[in-house]
Amino acid sequence: MRQVLLAADTPVVVANATGCLEVATTIFPYTAWRCPFIHCAFENAASTLSGVETAYRALKKKGKISQDIRFIAFGGDGGTYDIGLQALSGACERGHRMLYVCYDNQAYMNTGIQRSSATPLGAATTTCPAGKLLPGKSQNRKDLTEIMAAHHIPYVAQTSPGRWNDLVSKTQTALRTEGPSFMNVLSPCPRGWRFPPNETIKIAQLAVDTCLWPLYEVVEGKWRLTYRPKQKLPVEEWLKTQGRFAHLFKGDNQQVIEQLQAEVDRRWEELLEKSS
Amino acid sequence: MGKLISMEGNQAAAEAMRQINPDVVAAYPITPQTEVVQTFAQFVADGRVDTEFITVESEHSAMSACVGAAAAGTRVMTATSANGMALMWEILYIAASTRLPIVMALVNRALSANINIHCDHSDSMGARDAGWIQLYCENSQEVYDTLIQAVRIAEHPQVRLPVMVCYDGFIISHAVECLKLLEDKEVQEFVGEFKPVNSLLDIAHPHTFGPLDLYDFYFEHKRQQIEAYGPAKQVIVEIGKQFSALSGREYGLFEGYRLQDARLAIVLLGSAAGTAKEAVDRLRADGLPIGLLKLRAFRPFPSEELIQLLGGFEAVAVLDRAVSFGATAGPLFTEISSALFRADRRPLLVNYIYGLGGRDIDIEDIQKVGEELERTAERGKTEQLVDYVSVRE
Repeated sequence: MRQVLLAADTPVVVANATGCLEVATTIFPYTAWRCPFIHCAFENAASTLSGVETAYRALKKKGKISQDIRFIAFGGDGGTYDIGLQALSGACERGHRMLYVCYDNQAYMNTGIQRSSATPLGAATTTCPAGKLLPGKSQNRKDLTEIMAAHHIPYVAQTSPGRWNDLVSKTQTALRTEGPSFMNVLSPCPRGWRFPPNETIKIAQLAVDTCLWPLYEVVEGKWRLTYRPKQKLPVEEWLKTQGRFAHLFKGDNQQVIEQLQAEVDRRWEELLEKSS
Repeated sequence: MGKLISMEGNQAAAEAMRQINPDVVAAYPITPQTEVVQTFAQFVADGRVDTEFITVESEHSAMSACVGAAAAGTRVMTATSANGMALMWEILYIAASTRLPIVMALVNRALSANINIHCDHSDSMGARDAGWIQLYCENSQEVYDTLIQAVRIAEHPQVRLPVMVCYDGFIISHAVECLKLLEDKEVQEFVGEFKPVNSLLDIAHPHTFGPLDLYDFYFEHKRQQIEAYGPAKQVIVEIGKQFSALSGREYGLFEGYRLQDARLAIVLLGSAAGTAKEAVDRLRADGLPIGLLKLRAFRPFPSEELIQLLGGFEAVAVLDRAVSFGATAGPLFTEISSALFRADRRPLLVNYIYGLGGRDIDIEDIQKVGEELERTAERGKTEQLVDYVSVRE
């Protein structure tokens, strides 16, 4: 979040979906936000901010405000992929000039690690635990970045804090964009993924190098890879860093890793084709 | 003074919105409210308002966008009905608890299931604890007038609460009536310019809206919110007086009809008041000492005023156009009986549920209620607490 906000060179107003970011930064009577901030509910950061942005245009039109202000919404994967998808889709279709940043930690972490549609195949969460019968989540993750690209908004990007310069430059492009923009940021969660916090950046980078989380952008409908790993690593390299996948390395679960690898390969090839 | 014109209730609501000319409207169509949205959209398309109109993808987003726009310091309006408001439910509470002066036209319609597009008050009654001021209208004139007053009530510095202007689906929304409109300039001067207290767009003074508020402060914030309802009652009366001075039409917390020398009273909300006035006239002609109390403000509920007004009556029939499943009686009855419990001389009370899902209520139905009420008064006790008007048993 700090990296995103550092990239802004105009004043910003932030809207936040319910989640760990909001809970950790706004405990009354304190606030960590030095810019105007609104939290409304879980599923409506996009629609709430669309109201703020519209108010800005209304006041600007009437000459009651002269300053240039940019608008940024932050939502986790639960608030974006799942419960907030409709509000996000509507706001993007309407064309509000705002940047929506999804910080995707691949599960409902704030409520204690429940599966979301962003949770990858095989990951154990409290609502898709690894048990005697089931090896964690049995479905593949939804590709939200592609869904947002299908809205044909001017700017869509996928990025990772593992490559901070990629994150910052994409934020700058997004904030310059006259219209809606969307960034999907992989956000490793030590608690939910079960790894030591000092490995956060390394794990974020491994997701990129295994092509589980490719870095790319879609500018005015043109797909472009912004980072190509020198050597595409097997997904196992990423899986083995996290406790939530530990069960995949036991018993008959190797086949889940193979399924995941096949899915990652297929999506990577598709992306290469779109970006070529 | 403005002109006399005939129009449907929804057009009257849209006309009031045009003259108020809010900064932002976010709304989603639903029967029977749709005409408000599409009439207003035409005003936007024709450049007859300055409003930025957000054509949201759902009512949940409509209310969310209203919250965002109001927190950003603009005057905001919306409109909905029934299931639409049910979808807003979560955000209704947030709008009120963030003290945002949003004005909403609620075209009353029955909640599903089964799906029904016609009038009852199940939508607004379900939201009675959401923290909104609720004002009910008898006809299109009141819809028009109340929407204009609602802006001032909502934005009053001692109130700062959202206001729901409730009017009966189809019966008011789609009926053509004659009403008097004010001049655009008169409305503009009456509502004045919106002066927000805090704004998200005040970059120099950043505020955090909607923080995490736990057991150490949440209760105090709720206590403050409760306190806002005290002045709200006086403000509704005061703004009503100011509006009367402008329009010649009287508005307060309620309207009494032939109550002064009455010993029996009927209490209800909304369009049935017109029917009830005729029934009262006929019953009076038959020698029954009966009057009507048409409640306008349901939230805040004018308990003290009703104790003054109805304490000492022999018997009162409360007509509810909604049910509270599993409760003692209908929601309006429960409020009235709770208030009158503190009266020195309590009237006998009976409750009638009527008009669910748009079931018609006519003059004769209300006459029967009056006649039965007289028998209750003669008996000196309520035999059946809750009864149903024209339902097949």
